[in-house]
Amino acid sequence: MLIHININGEKKKLHCDPDDMLMSVLRSAGYKSVKCGCDTTNCGLCTVWLEGKPVLSCSVPAMRCNNKNVTTLEGVQEEAKVIGSLLVDEGADQCGFCSPGLIMNIIAMKKELENPTEEDILHYLAGNLCRCTGYMSQMRAIKKYMGVEE
Amino acid sequence: MRYVSRPVRKVDGMSLVTGKPLYTNDLAPRECLIVMALRSPYAYARIKAIDVSKALLVKGVACVLTYKDVPKVRFTNAGQTYPEMSSYDRLILDEYVRYVGDEVALVAASNKKAALQALKLIKVDYEVLTPVLDYKNAMDNPVIIHNYDDYFNHYDFQGEDNKRNIVVNGVEEHGDVDAEFGRCDVIVDHEYETYAQEQCMMETFRTYTYLDHNGRLCVVTSTQVPFHVRRILSRALQIPQTRIRVIKPRIGGGFGAKQTVVSEFYPAIVTLKTGMAAKMIYTRQEAFMASNSRHQMCIRARVGADHDGSIRAIELTTLSNQGAYGEHGTTTIGLSGHKSIPLYNQAKAFRFKYTGVYTNTMPAAAFRGYGATQGLFALESAVNELAVKLGMDPTALREKNMVRFGELMPAYYNEPLTSSALDRCIYRGKQMIGWDKKYPRVEVSETKVRAVGMAIAMQGSGIAKVDTAGAEIKLNDDGYYTLKIGATDMGTGCDTILTQIAAETLLADMDQFIIAQVDTDVSPFDPGSYASATTYVTGMAVYNAACDLKNKIIFAGAKMLDPEKYDMPLERFNPKKFYFDGTKVTEVATGRSVSIHDIAVHSAGSYLGNYLNGSGFYSSPTSPPPLMAGFVEIELDKETGKYEILDYVGVVDCGTVVNTNLARVQTEGGIAQGIGFAMYEDVKYSDRGKMMTNSFMQYKIPSRVDVGKIRVEFESSYEPSGPYGAKSIGEIVVNTPAPAIADALRNAVGINMRSLPMTPEKVMAAMEAL
Amino acid sequence: MFTAKDYAMPQSLDEAYEVLTARKTNHIVAGCAWLRMGNKRINTAVDLSEAGLDYIRETQDAIEIGAMTSYRSVETSRLLQENFSGILSRAVAPIIGVQFRNVVTVGGSVYSRFGFSDFLTPLLALDTKVKLYREGMMSLEEFMQMPYKKDILEKIVIRKGTITASYQMFRNAEADFPLVNVAAVKENGCYKVTVGARPGRAVCAPKTAQCLTQLLSEGKPADEAAEQAKALLKSEISFGTNMRASAGYRQKIAGVLLGRAVKEVEGC
Repeated sequence: MLIHININGEKKKLHCDPDDMLMSVLRSAGYKSVKCGCDTTNCGLCTVWLEGKPVLSCSVPAMRCNNKNVTTLEGVQEEAKVIGSLLVDEGADQCGFCSPGLIMNIIAMKKELENPTEEDILHYLAGNLCRCTGYMSQMRAIKKYMGVEE
Repeated sequence: MRYVSRPVRKVDGMSLVTGKPLYTNDLAPRECLIVMALRSPYAYARIKAIDVSKALLVKGVACVLTYKDVPKVRFTNAGQTYPEMSSYDRLILDEYVRYVGDEVALVAASNKKAALQALKLIKVDYEVLTPVLDYKNAMDNPVIIHNYDDYFNHYDFQGEDNKRNIVVNGVEEHGDVDAEFGRCDVIVDHEYETYAQEQCMMETFRTYTYLDHNGRLCVVTSTQVPFHVRRILSRALQIPQTRIRVIKPRIGGGFGAKQTVVSEFYPAIVTLKTGMAAKMIYTRQEAFMASNSRHQMCIRARVGADHDGSIRAIELTTLSNQGAYGEHGTTTIGLSGHKSIPLYNQAKAFRFKYTGVYTNTMPAAAFRGYGATQGLFALESAVNELAVKLGMDPTALREKNMVRFGELMPAYYNEPLTSSALDRCIYRGKQMIGWDKKYPRVEVSETKVRAVGMAIAMQGSGIAKVDTAGAEIKLNDDGYYTLKIGATDMGTGCDTILTQIAAETLLADMDQFIIAQVDTDVSPFDPGSYASATTYVTGMAVYNAACDLKNKIIFAGAKMLDPEKYDMPLERFNPKKFYFDGTKVTEVATGRSVSIHDIAVHSAGSYLGNYLNGSGFYSSPTSPPPLMAGFVEIELDKETGKYEILDYVGVVDCGTVVNTNLARVQTEGGIAQGIGFAMYEDVKYSDRGKMMTNSFMQYKIPSRVDVGKIRVEFESSYEPSGPYGAKSIGEIVVNTPAPAIADALRNAVGINMRSLPMTPEKVMAAMEAL
Repeated sequence: MFTAKDYAMPQSLDEAYEVLTARKTNHIVAGCAWLRMGNKRINTAVDLSEAGLDYIRETQDAIEIGAMTSYRSVETSRLLQENFSGILSRAVAPIIGVQFRNVVTVGGSVYSRFGFSDFLTPLLALDTKVKLYREGMMSLEEFMQMPYKKDILEKIVIRKGTITASYQMFRNAEADFPLVNVAAVKENGCYKVTVGARPGRAVCAPKTAQCLTQLLSEGKPADEAAEQAKALLKSEISFGTNMRASAGYRQKIAGVLLGRAVKEVEGC
């Protein structure tokens, strides 16, 4: 089946099957920043925005995205460099495999939350797993990005 | 120093955080065959008959392979230096399947849907055998898991006996253990149990393979051990190593899981059979239940002391569950004693007995800590229990008995402790956590209590007398350098750290370096990144290569300044007459100089030039231990048994800290994994041997909300044998949380948690049993 | 992973029901978080996201939540935060993460009636009705006991009232399933208590509730009343054992949670 998706501001016509999920369709279309880390919808690696909201692209049927706006990390490179740079300054990038999903959610959080507390940040990002960092370095970087006072 | 002990950014950092396509599956060509495995539903069975004819009819299926299609030569998949310590007990596909998840057949198809459909159409007639699921009943069980005659191990001292389900068996002893226990006023003697923790790197196992322009097998794979992959594939596939090339792209974490050859065999054999490119991406479920994990262990720890707290004797008896295949079995078990007992070097005698057994559960292999984690949970818990029995502060008991700088360690291969700041680690940790105010507990309310706990730990830096590393640095024609290593950055940042060492030594800027991707065709030999070896062993190789190149650059500069005077072989050249500051070579006597740029141009482009390539090698006769103290403060809800971490303090002596940011993040990450090991993660099997905890939904690694606060500091010693004084950091950091948290629970309400994980339900049960 | 041969996006409920019932193997796809973990073979996947079922709205005496409303909307809805002591918003807030709650729908989870649900336990403690396309309106309690039948859940309707409520849950790890949860709602002095993640489906505990109602109306202190109610809860509600906890531990924790719920409701 053919669907029309606006990906990162670009109109795309993509072929997909009725049982394809957005994640696999995005990857086959070349948006390789989108990663898969689990089979159970709870690692956060595949986070993209659907109509501006962060979603797990592994559990959004591709067909549902017909005529919708999808944003991947490839589409927010400038902002990714800003938060990414803060992460790299802390050594928080580590293996990097969870970074795209995390960064998509961090940028979404910045758009959605005003003056969040550390607790608000933890709550918003609870669904982004990371096995390398122990999360502390990420928090140091995110607090700088969000302008949270120590 | 310019780069050592600085928070240098990871060289690949910005590419990673902007989501560039750098990992195995991002690079695989679109036309790859998709390889999938049919996996055993039984814990132990023989394949009586297997019919693949219907599967072959599915449109798009290129091949279906069974045990009849693979070489009949056994191998180990353990990524260890040859000759491996692990037994040769595997085939790519076997007539017998030995755990739920073991590979029965392989399907390769042009797309995933066809592969899945074909998998369903393979008909297997199993003879279901009685499995051995309980490792405590595995030895001499009438059911033999590896019952054949071509079972093989290179070493005859390890006590392995496949007909008795024994992977390894032995005893080590020093001093008169029984006599010393006889003199003790106080003895603690308990069993401590740990489960088969899963590594859970975010990128599962994955490999793609193709034939190159020379018809050689190219293997692009997410591995920590490219050279071992090449050698092991060569044996398993029965093709010469010269026919194989292994390339390691960016890796999404390893933690030891990828020190074993896992996904590589399957696309490789498909490519050899079909001539087509193939890839295999493990699902998370496969990574959980059909790869490898930490070894489940039951360790009896006996520790005896005088009334004044002098520890006289230690005895550890380790039983280790190897699972279905023997990878890393003979070695992991050793660390449960070798990297715990030496901490208490004042003890007059010790005995370490160990037995590893086969069972029909998923194989255990390498996971950060590699047996030391289990041994330290047992011994550190026993020492903390001893402190209670003696009425002593556990930190004081450590201070009295711990190993000291300069001592020979009989329990550590008689190596001397050539660097240590363990005393400072304990001192600083106590300060940071506020030990003296908080120990043992503070009652917050009728139902809430806060308590502190602690533990110390050690690890090694590489494997003594085994690990080797090569490194090369070449000067390119524009005055920049290419650093070639075979150590594998898996997110840890070793590409950056090794570049820092090279840049420091050559007095160059970081951005003057290119670090080449690891490729067995071009990279210098290195066993890979494991055993906390990279910064220490490969770091020294890089240092040596840089020194070698520096010398050659100076010589080249000298010859340019005075061709006639320095017309001599390098060996006779005295570089001390010159000064190299990274940008130019200056003759001390005359002040004449030549720039690195001119040297580079001359070397590459003049008929009088020379290829300037520094090479370095290192192998270490010793493995200097990093040391650490971990302190935790918890708050326990006495109504439910639930507790949270308020503060975790880790103070580490890893010698010189080469990269202050990356060492800190390694430590924070290791502590978080240790917290997961202690509190949240757990492996459960059904009574028929199926792993039930095979997803992130059922197996809970800590989320950012679960880990509490982790704070890290370094107390550096200087290790004379390491690059710029460095030891290792990678593994030691996972070792303290389990015993420290158990200690805090003891100090909170007087319970002894001797089995992991320490769930609220178990804590509650222990409180009720008081 | 489920398979589907066709995909429909009906624009109305009537159309949706027509497509759904056209073939036996046609099936509704909502958040897909659970569906994708199974191996269901679907002919036509029926997607309700264009059928106008994404809303949280207030009527004169109730709040209605459309089936395609996401958990995230429930969490952030001012209306739900300000009604029912905010327990519905608070109940869904700790589930996995924002990205997950943005895809998981109210309809999908209520229709599936999962035992581990954080949402059903407080919903059941409130006066909640479900509106099914074919079967019409029925109480949530009745729906919970009904076998799975092919139908479309259109919305849930929660009656407003002067109530105070509390939702208490217990998890080993934060992003894990609850290993037991309890909701208590007090309206005009009358208690209603529900217990979920036993690990079976949420159920009402009428005797426990009755006991609380009576003791508290007699002026007994909250903690005393809770102690007596706890004892009753243990005999009234059955608990089971699974990977996460034993029946015995669940029972203990349910008692503790009930105590905490009563304390919160009574404002002490």
